[in-house]
Amino acid sequence: MLRLEARSSESKLVTFASPLLALALTVVIGTALFVLLGKDPMRGLQMFFVEPVRSWSALSELAVKGVPLLLIALGLAVCFRSNVWNIGAEGQFVLGAIAAGGVAMLADKDTGRWIVLPILLAGVIGGMFWAAIVALLRDRFNTNEILVSLMLVYVADMVLSYLVYGPWKDPAGFNFPQTITFADPTKLPRLFTGFRVNIGLVIALLLTVVLWLFLFRMHAGFKLQVGGLAPGAARYAGFSSRQAIWLALMVSGGMAGLAGALEVAGPLGQLTPYVPAGYGFAAIIVAFVGRLHPGGIVFSAVLMSMFYIGGELAQSRMGLPKSLTGVFQGLLLFSLLTCDTLIHYRVRRQPGRSAAPSAVPAALPGRA
Amino acid sequence: MAGDSADAVTDAGPAAGEIPALRLELANISKRYAAVQANDRVNLRVRPGEIHAVLGENGAGKSTLMKIIFGAVKADEGEIRWNGRLVQIRSPQDARALHIAMVYQHFSLFDTLTAAENVWLGLDKSQTLAQVTLQIKGVAREYGLEVDPLRPVHSLSVGERQRVEIVRALMTRPELLILDEPTSVLTPQAVDKLFVTLRKLADEGCSILYISHKLDEIRALCHHCTVLRGGKVTGEVDPTKESNAGLSRLMLGAEPAQLQHQQASPGEVVLEVDGLSVPNLEPFGMPLRDVGFSVRAGEIVGIAGVSGNGQQELMAALSGEDTRAAAGSIRFLGRPVGKQSPRQRRRKGLRFVPEERLGRGAVATMSLAQNALLTRSEAVRRSGWIKSSALAALTARLIERFNVKAGGSQAQAKSLSGGNLQRFIVGREIDADPTLLIVSQPTWGVDVGAAVQIRAEMLKLRDAGAAVLVVSEELEELFQICDRLVVIAKGRLSPSIDTSLATVSLIGEWMSGLWPGARDAPERAAHAQA
Repeated sequence: MLRLEARSSESKLVTFASPLLALALTVVIGTALFVLLGKDPMRGLQMFFVEPVRSWSALSELAVKGVPLLLIALGLAVCFRSNVWNIGAEGQFVLGAIAAGGVAMLADKDTGRWIVLPILLAGVIGGMFWAAIVALLRDRFNTNEILVSLMLVYVADMVLSYLVYGPWKDPAGFNFPQTITFADPTKLPRLFTGFRVNIGLVIALLLTVVLWLFLFRMHAGFKLQVGGLAPGAARYAGFSSRQAIWLALMVSGGMAGLAGALEVAGPLGQLTPYVPAGYGFAAIIVAFVGRLHPGGIVFSAVLMSMFYIGGELAQSRMGLPKSLTGVFQGLLLFSLLTCDTLIHYRVRRQPGRSAAPSAVPAALPGRA
Repeated sequence: MAGDSADAVTDAGPAAGEIPALRLELANISKRYAAVQANDRVNLRVRPGEIHAVLGENGAGKSTLMKIIFGAVKADEGEIRWNGRLVQIRSPQDARALHIAMVYQHFSLFDTLTAAENVWLGLDKSQTLAQVTLQIKGVAREYGLEVDPLRPVHSLSVGERQRVEIVRALMTRPELLILDEPTSVLTPQAVDKLFVTLRKLADEGCSILYISHKLDEIRALCHHCTVLRGGKVTGEVDPTKESNAGLSRLMLGAEPAQLQHQQASPGEVVLEVDGLSVPNLEPFGMPLRDVGFSVRAGEIVGIAGVSGNGQQELMAALSGEDTRAAAGSIRFLGRPVGKQSPRQRRRKGLRFVPEERLGRGAVATMSLAQNALLTRSEAVRRSGWIKSSALAALTARLIERFNVKAGGSQAQAKSLSGGNLQRFIVGREIDADPTLLIVSQPTWGVDVGAAVQIRAEMLKLRDAGAAVLVVSEELEELFQICDRLVVIAKGRLSPSIDTSLATVSLIGEWMSGLWPGARDAPERAAHAQA
């Protein structure tokens, strides 16, 4: 019989091995899934793990999808490390996209390239504003930030729909729910001609370094994490928990808003009801698979981006439903949570009960 | 306590009368946790009706051994014989079936339920609450344990709660009662009462395992004593024939160092508390009522009292973790600080060591260097940038200066033993040259070596002219290091008394709220009497 036994201290090795183990489990279950669906499992796995990295253009697409995931997950890592549970990055992403889109629509073809900066800034502010609602309600009324942030996602979706079906609808758009296509100067500079990947990648990687420095080299980042790990110690040290809530939510809201801005000023080029692509939710998984560490998150963002692309390929080339992406995301998260048990516990083999010399129940009849 | 069926078990042992019958015999019990050999081939023999002390420092393996006997932990090796019969005790249920009962150091009672309901919860459901209530009254009368079964637990004093726990244990008609550090929550008078009950129990044939590190108590109460050190048995003695020094040699392997306590020369008033009233922090906490005292430079003032009488609330108000106090009710160096945050107070020179080391004084999963950063700001630049090298140097200095045994400045706080982590935390505050150091339970759960060192450091700080305020449940400790004592009971504070004029029994009386001039003393006496 197998049994779990508590470790005296958490295992460093498993902390890092757990995401890999979870990935392996996901692959195994995924293979079984393909077989059950009557598809060639090798070809299915190829869609998810080989095709997305097979060529330069594939890698460029990988980056396009990976950048928003990376940015949002970085912000969430700061939040989660502070014990602030922002589940509504998707809403902050949408608000960032709306704010950025609003600025982008002001531009015409003669506007200078400088317009990109106000667009990105508007995105950051939009995301922060949406997160500020969560912070304010938590700070003033002690509301639960999980519920508030989650429900604000749906409000954000409604705001977006209202705008693209109403006041911001393209007059020449055949009544489609979409804004005008933004003028050329608003387009983010691409890194290489012929590939969609743009300066968003550089910004995201730079911010990875910045957030690493913030978390591990700055006093403010340290204070946030003390509040997350041991609220009692933060109170004792005199670190303000109110400040921590605001700072954590502003950072993650801003990052999600920036991701939204990069999305509309990059691949999308206009606002449609389809701006929310689930990045905000997928980034939660990215953050945890990356161990809430900026370095790890870079890798998990790439992995999650592969799932996105693999799901699309499985749909177009194998006739499988696109929701496979979601299934794989869920599998990975659950496998990770399962594997994380091993950080605190080890599996031990227990000898069978019958081996015991004289069990208590056997001793009891003597009392009769 | 032995009832009919229980007698049957005893009789069913191997050939009654052969050698002196043993109630419990442990042979070569070993238990290893990852890096620690908690028990190493431990032998323990308890006779019926014997009060058997298990003496040892924190970390000597006492608790693990008791958990093995009670079935909460499984031994790696060794045999347990119960009334002469080889048994496997796999769970506390198994232990209870054998008529083994245990009273833990930390009570497991529901605050919102009455005493009777709490006892009832632990019994099988064949009895009604009314029957159980009657039985409690019976047991309580029989053993002189005053308990009102109908009072909710939150309204009981700590001593009363312990009595509920003991009554609960006695309801199972134990043949072996295990008590883990039972006197740490009692006034000296209540300890005497407890001993009367235990002696009566033993006279009736119930064996008692008495876990403690207090030498005087063991010598006064116990018939036999097994001493543990580092997981091994280092001695089996008759405590009534031993001196404290002899016992502590067995326990420590060396003579404990003696403290040098010189006459204090107090200077100006550093901390002045006047009319401090604060509502309780938690639902069943203790509100502070009109607390007033002062601490001068160059003296150590001790606050005695049974835990739960407002110490937590007072500490939080003084440290700044709780800022609900009126600003002027706490004055530090003449300035009102009641509304200031812990950081503001710390910057002025008021430093505090809390009783919880992990989760308050230190973050368990953070390194010592990061934990130094909790209350020290030398290694932080104006810009908020952490100077890693300065931080490492500071941490290394603390480790060196205060003899902290740790795997370097990057070791996680939780990897340190209680004593070493306390050395580090107290050292972190002392090293900052505080004007006033407040320490809550300075040696709670630390080994004797660390305790001696920490007390010596506090005396040194006092001699250097700092004011020191100590809250402790250990009277012995307070008498050892303090120049003046005050007592806290039911959220009120007694007048202060010179330690040289105080006696243990006087302070014990005050711990029940009975000091001269105490308002409504009789009413509170009834309530707080523990």
